[in-house]
Amino acid sequence: MPAPLDPTPRIAEYAHPDRLVTTEWLAEQLAAGNVGTAQLAVVESDEDVLLYETGHIAGAVKVDWHTDLLQPVERDYLDGAGFAALLAERGIGRDTTIVVYGDKNNWWAAYTAWVFTLFGHEDVRLLDGGRNLWVAEGRELTTEVPTPAAADYPVVERDDVTFRAFKEDVLAHIGHGPLVDIRSPQEYTGERLHIPDYPEEGVLRGGHIPTARSVPWATAVAADGTYKTRAELEGIYQEGGLGITGDDDVVTYCRIGERSSHTWFALHFLLGLEKVRNYDGSWTEWGNAVRVPIVAGDQPGEYAA
Amino acid sequence: MTEPAVLPDSLAEIQEGFLELGERDRLQLLLEFAGELPALPPRYADHPSLLEKVEECQSPVRAFAEVEPDGVHFYATAPAEAPTTRGFASILTQGLTGLTPEQVLAVPDDFAMTLGLNRSVSPLRLSGMTGMLTRAKRQVREQLG
Repeated sequence: MPAPLDPTPRIAEYAHPDRLVTTEWLAEQLAAGNVGTAQLAVVESDEDVLLYETGHIAGAVKVDWHTDLLQPVERDYLDGAGFAALLAERGIGRDTTIVVYGDKNNWWAAYTAWVFTLFGHEDVRLLDGGRNLWVAEGRELTTEVPTPAAADYPVVERDDVTFRAFKEDVLAHIGHGPLVDIRSPQEYTGERLHIPDYPEEGVLRGGHIPTARSVPWATAVAADGTYKTRAELEGIYQEGGLGITGDDDVVTYCRIGERSSHTWFALHFLLGLEKVRNYDGSWTEWGNAVRVPIVAGDQPGEYAA
Repeated sequence: MTEPAVLPDSLAEIQEGFLELGERDRLQLLLEFAGELPALPPRYADHPSLLEKVEECQSPVRAFAEVEPDGVHFYATAPAEAPTTRGFASILTQGLTGLTPEQVLAVPDDFAMTLGLNRSVSPLRLSGMTGMLTRAKRQVREQLG
């Protein structure tokens, strides 16, 4: 049986109100002793691999995007057996409601929610506002690491078609549907490739995928890091904004696919757009690929057949 | 660059401390380093290098090296929400401070990758520490004129 829904009116307005919970809701579930049960698991996913260890929401287990979700050698996610083992070890069953939260405005939490969705986990929700809001509200953290009893989790093959786009898919998509580039304006124009002395994910070319429109991820959130209301999101991405309609095939991307997961979540779950894929290769792949079209500057650019 | 890279004792001891532990404990040790990062001396509050802000995905670390009469000093500040970055900065603070400029310049560029953290922290994150070291070496080189 899934955990109850959050009845907050703002949440109820979203297309899928069962995908977002408030900090108040989670605090109530905690007080009721529901966190860490077969019914409800809380997962923390951060950019910083040590942040969970400095303190986390009581009963929350950690899932790290680098060391848990990605394979150490190939640039791909873990397979069905690996996913089953990961969730079973965290005490999560196929029917467990999972609430994910994390640092940096839930970027990595949304990324985890997206990966869990690739494996078809039915009930994955985000804690609106993430770790920052929980801390800002003065809510408690603990360093006590839970040791959940291992659960049974079936081996389910990852669906790489419905919500995931590869480079070839994106090439075929240009000119056939909206592309949303959610990076900073400087990354979109190609003005900035990387940060001096921070040789992160080296990229050779700057700019954006032809026809992509720039809507930085932060456009979707309010000052406290929670998602904007449904009406506000519609004004940004749909009528009055990008003009995306329910029939559109949409692809989101950023640099490594985590910030675009945050937008993917808003488009698919909060606005209810059916066909939204996240291109996780994103700019670290596109900006290094041979003979793919790139547009520099602040205009989306044309589709050249 | 014909001189072989030599790891100073301070950094060698830190490296040894990590390598003698199992992988889970190495993360714990990194967390301990994070807790030991000293606060930035107030006299550096307006240091120009602090203006080199890093945005977006990367945690906002601000770090710089100063060549002083008693050797090199490495200063860094990073928020509590970035313990991994604080840990890296703390390792460099403890490992570089007091070395001669020549010793700092001779530290192997891949030092961060030799702490046995590649699996538990990931190479991408360790590149942040490599970046801090690269920057420190550049600043030392500039101050030697």
